[in-house]
Amino acid sequence: MANQVTLTIDDLTVTVPEGTLVVDAARKAGIDIPVFCYHPKMEPVGMCRMCLVQVGRPMVDRATGQPVLDADGQPKIQFSPKLETSCTIPVSEGMVIRTNTPEVLRAHRDIIEFLLTSHPLDCPICDKGGECPLQDLTRAYGPGQSRFLLDDKMRLAKHVPLGELIYLDRERCILCARCIRFQDEIVDEPVLSFYHRGRSMQIVTYSDPPFDSYFSGNTTDICPVGALTTADFRFAARPWELKNNASICTQCPVGCNTTLNTRREVKSGGKWVVKRVMPRQNELVNEIWICDKGRFGYHYAESGERILSPHVRKEQGLVPVSWDEALDLVEQRLRQAGAGTVTLAGGRLANEDLFNLAQVTDHLGGRKLLHTQVGGGEYVQRYGLGKGSNLGELGKGDAILVIASDLQEEAPVWWLRVKRAADRGAALMVLNPRPTRLDPYARFIHHYRYGEELEALGRLAAGEGELAEAAEALRSAENLVIFYGSEGLGLAETTALAREAAGLLAGSGRAGKVNSGLIGVWQQNNTLGAYDMGFRPEADLAGALSGSGLAWIAAADPAGDHPALEAALKQAGFLVVQDLFMTRTAQMADVVLPAQAFTEREGTFTSGERRVQRFYPAVAAPPGPLADFSIAARVGLRVGIELEGASAATVMLRIAASVPAYAGLDYALISEVSEQWPIIGREDRYYGGTGYDNHQGLGVQLQPDAVTDPDGEVSIAMAAPAPLQVPEGAVYLAPVTRLYDQGLTLKPSMKIVGQRMARREVWLNPETAARLGFGAASLVTLEGEGWTASGVEIRVDEQLPPDVLLAPRSVGIPATGPEAVRLRPLVTEPEA
Amino acid sequence: MSDQVYLLLRHREIPDLDRLEVYRQNEGFQGFEKALQMKPADVVQQVKDSGLRGRGGAGFPTGLKWSFLPNNLWPHYVVANADESEPGTFKDREILERNPLQFLEGLMIACYAVQANTGYIYLRGEFWQIAAWLDEKIAELEQAGLLGDRILGTDYSLRLYTHLGAGAYICGEETALLESLEGKLGQPRLRPPFPAVEGLYGKPTVINNVETLSNLPVILGKGNSFYRQYGTDRSPGTKIFCLSGRVNRPGNYELPLGRTFRELIYEHGGGILEDGKIKAIMSAGASSTLIVADEKALDTPMTYEMTDALGAPLGSASVIILDETVDMKWLVHKTVSFFRHESCGKCTPCREGTYWMNHITRRLNSGQPNPEDVELLVDVAREIQGKCLCALGEFSTMAVLSGIEKFRSDFNGS
Ligand SMILES: Cc1cc2nc3c(=O)[nH]c(=O)nc-3n(C[C@H](O)[C@H](O)[C@H](O)COP(=O)(O)O)c2cc1C
Ligand code: SF4
Ligand code: SF4
Ligand code: FES
Repeated sequence: MANQVTLTIDDLTVTVPEGTLVVDAARKAGIDIPVFCYHPKMEPVGMCRMCLVQVGRPMVDRATGQPVLDADGQPKIQFSPKLETSCTIPVSEGMVIRTNTPEVLRAHRDIIEFLLTSHPLDCPICDKGGECPLQDLTRAYGPGQSRFLLDDKMRLAKHVPLGELIYLDRERCILCARCIRFQDEIVDEPVLSFYHRGRSMQIVTYSDPPFDSYFSGNTTDICPVGALTTADFRFAARPWELKNNASICTQCPVGCNTTLNTRREVKSGGKWVVKRVMPRQNELVNEIWICDKGRFGYHYAESGERILSPHVRKEQGLVPVSWDEALDLVEQRLRQAGAGTVTLAGGRLANEDLFNLAQVTDHLGGRKLLHTQVGGGEYVQRYGLGKGSNLGELGKGDAILVIASDLQEEAPVWWLRVKRAADRGAALMVLNPRPTRLDPYARFIHHYRYGEELEALGRLAAGEGELAEAAEALRSAENLVIFYGSEGLGLAETTALAREAAGLLAGSGRAGKVNSGLIGVWQQNNTLGAYDMGFRPEADLAGALSGSGLAWIAAADPAGDHPALEAALKQAGFLVVQDLFMTRTAQMADVVLPAQAFTEREGTFTSGERRVQRFYPAVAAPPGPLADFSIAARVGLRVGIELEGASAATVMLRIAASVPAYAGLDYALISEVSEQWPIIGREDRYYGGTGYDNHQGLGVQLQPDAVTDPDGEVSIAMAAPAPLQVPEGAVYLAPVTRLYDQGLTLKPSMKIVGQRMARREVWLNPETAARLGFGAASLVTLEGEGWTASGVEIRVDEQLPPDVLLAPRSVGIPATGPEAVRLRPLVTEPEA
Repeated sequence: MSDQVYLLLRHREIPDLDRLEVYRQNEGFQGFEKALQMKPADVVQQVKDSGLRGRGGAGFPTGLKWSFLPNNLWPHYVVANADESEPGTFKDREILERNPLQFLEGLMIACYAVQANTGYIYLRGEFWQIAAWLDEKIAELEQAGLLGDRILGTDYSLRLYTHLGAGAYICGEETALLESLEGKLGQPRLRPPFPAVEGLYGKPTVINNVETLSNLPVILGKGNSFYRQYGTDRSPGTKIFCLSGRVNRPGNYELPLGRTFRELIYEHGGGILEDGKIKAIMSAGASSTLIVADEKALDTPMTYEMTDALGAPLGSASVIILDETVDMKWLVHKTVSFFRHESCGKCTPCREGTYWMNHITRRLNSGQPNPEDVELLVDVAREIQGKCLCALGEFSTMAVLSGIEKFRSDFNGS
């Protein structure tokens, strides 16, 4: 532990760790020193001069080095002639700080007066009004009036797009550089900068496309004025009209804590609607950041395309019916199918939904299948992070291995946390077939050939060749965290990779250790929860579905994924689909049951770090849809099993009683909070955000099986992947993840992030493209195993390895894992 | 009439001193060669003992500054500050244009003293011709074996580079200069850490003014007793005074420190234009505290210690003379406009304060001021003081506050 330093702040005696800044020491003691440029997550710059205080230090006799004492025997304090910025000076022993002398208060007043000379004071139409540090500090510290003449005010542009997501109001900007520093220091994507000088200075973006960063939205949160706004929220509502609703982001397995801000609107018929998504502080998960996908991707829940009533297939096709009618039919067919029932669930469902679905399926003797292209959850259950782990604590002496993952695309906030751990000195090893945005922070980089991830891991474990040093770093590390993703991989490959990675962890004696463990970079947010509730992926999913007496599909769209699965579903005895949207699978269904969105109900998700976290209802559900766990409970009741259907909280009690890893959990425990540092979003105004405060829970991290059941073993009946043979004239296709995919839950946010969405295109090294006879931008048809995809554009990238074709997931190229594909020029029909 | 003493502006006496062979014939590089034979620490000690003080404005003892560089952090850098942007300052330019080799020799001595193997010359953008000219001289010195690897058979290697700024006054401030030299926006850094510990690229760095460096060949070549025969005890040596304003013969005058303003203005400068009456003196360019040009002031010796007597620092010795024809509210408008234009914008009081003051001084000169404008101007200037990140903000208030205090009548009824 760092040495402690004791000082006096306004007559309070304060003891803090050495190195603490005076402004933070004061904050800890409950004394607010006003700041604008300072932000506790970033290095101080001392620019705004708002935090001036009087600083006294004990006088030291130069000759003896001893403190000089006054008549009372107390150390004599020498105050510096000028006020000093409390955000830039670290505490020292015996220091005396005065934050409320007339001189200091006058300085605060002066700085506010200066800032306001350039400020438009358009608070009545400003998005920040109500949660604006400038507004709040003006009220607390500023002069009531300005002596600056209105006519002298500089008029500047108010709608400057810094890209299509973020807008700058130049008049409101107080030039504190928080936005620039966030991009430089935290994200290391220095796409913002000051340009020019003095009052002409302004924020500009230098990247192409402009403001090119997946974290751009965070700058609007930390901007201490309304200068930065998102295209999504600007002019959409006033902060004080908004209600805070705690939630968990559903876009990836990081499980960022969020606040959904809602209000009732005339234009929505008086209904509550979600106006924006804000980060909610959880220093163990996302600190105070979220990525832009999480911030802008919530619109699917309010989409007009939602299914609002149960449907049953009749002669004229799917027709809306009552719940009773639909459930009667489901009951009848389930009783017929019995053990022939196959339930296929997606990782978007909450634990409570999955539990109830599993219970019904077990009751019937059916199979519980997990819809995922990333496997190996059993290994994560056993070798996942030890309870009490925090990626924010990893640093010097620790090692992080990321294999087969473009982490920034697959789970941006993990990328951020891993990068920051590397900044703090953790040894980062990146094993991936191509360069990614994580490479710059890696101490060891190894680019293996697509398909050779197991060999690469083997070489690392053995410390062979160029990996010798990495192996040593890995061996000697205090803690080891391994992330495995799905770069170029499918279910079988990721399962095998998880097994090898788990072996590496367990073999080095780190199983179950705090701050060590295996993390799967899932494609859905709650895949791990689905594993916990008993769902397992199936290698031959088509076989399982086609042979089923009844396929019950929840939050998954196999028909949309692959023609083979579509064909298989046609063979299923009966098809029940439970979803938000009329997916391709739902369109084939015999019964469609409408489900509620995560904004309309409560539940829990289990993050990739095995943290069980609660989300809360934010808006009223439309009449019609029910929560998935309620649907399952109603179905259960009809087929003879009594389940909790009224409240998710009681489902959790049942989970706790029957799933060992969840034993002892309840909603009260999951909602517990403890003091977090930095203190943010409350009375102090580091950041005016009203969404940061976390009263609703930091979640509970589960203990991995390696600790609770040390002798247990993982056995998986999944065959190892066969090496892929690429015949003459074909090329190796590697599926890859793009953050802005075209998936079901992002497409409705098209109008915001559409320009950055993955398109129907494939990427090749230019020489490989030339060898195959295609230039950049040519249109081709891809032919894979049992599928074709036409109208696909060729894109080239010199950084890619040869002889491989990268296909983004979700754009209508059905490959679910690596496969050999052929390319044909797209033949357009000659005009008649 | 006492003569000028040419230790720095030697080209005025020696034709073609900018040519290497001529410079060498005239004791050129003897100081550097002597230094190379000494221990670096002894060079630092000799410069300390010479009493040389920085000519860039602050008058900080040069040898002492060098001694702050830690010896466990490498590499060290030396940067010559050739940004010369203070209004009324034009001394470095004459040295660079006419006596470049003495400056380069001085820079080389400084580099050797702190064992820097790389030296940079940061020039204001308008000095692009001078930069090209220095590049030629540097190439010549490399040819002659005075720069490059293993200079004159010693173990010491040194390379010099010129770098042009983009025309910002703030880039003369040493930490903004470093930012600019690193290719970033020219804004001052927070101090501490000081450049001596964390300077260019985070390494220990010495930054010295061109004129400061040009003194070194004399100090090393001729020794401290020679050097100290000029100037005063606390301000040894000669200084180039840049005389401008309402005088008959503006220009650079190299005089031992300690001569009076009267001598500079009336003997060398030929007195006030059109036999006018002197009103005020600015001794540090636009950053000056205005000095009422009374008899006492005129008889004050120009030294770094004169602040005690006059309450105004010598600064870069850019002496601007104002006579009775000059209206102080016009003058103050000029200085404030300059600082408003040059404020880097990093910190609030300077960025907003200079902008605000500039509106007020414009109104004062428009003939239609508001009744409270003079008081407001004083207030704003006081609010800026003591709060800024660097000295520029402070500079912007000097002429304003001293002008209003000492020449109040110029502001009345305006
Ligand atoms: C706003 C500002 C402008 C400055 N401009 C110059 C300049 O143009 N040339 C210069 O030599 N020093 C300038 N200085 C002083 C430098 O910061 C620094 O003190 C000096 O270069 C040190 O050299 P010296 O010790 O040899 O004087 C300026 C300082 C400030 C605050
Ligand atoms: S846009 Fe906001 S965060 Fe960025 S410099 Fe301006 S006020 Fe600060
Ligand atoms: S005082 Fe002026 S020039 Fe110096 S940092 Fe502040 S704004 Fe920039
Ligand atoms: S200078 Fe300390 S908060 Fe800005």
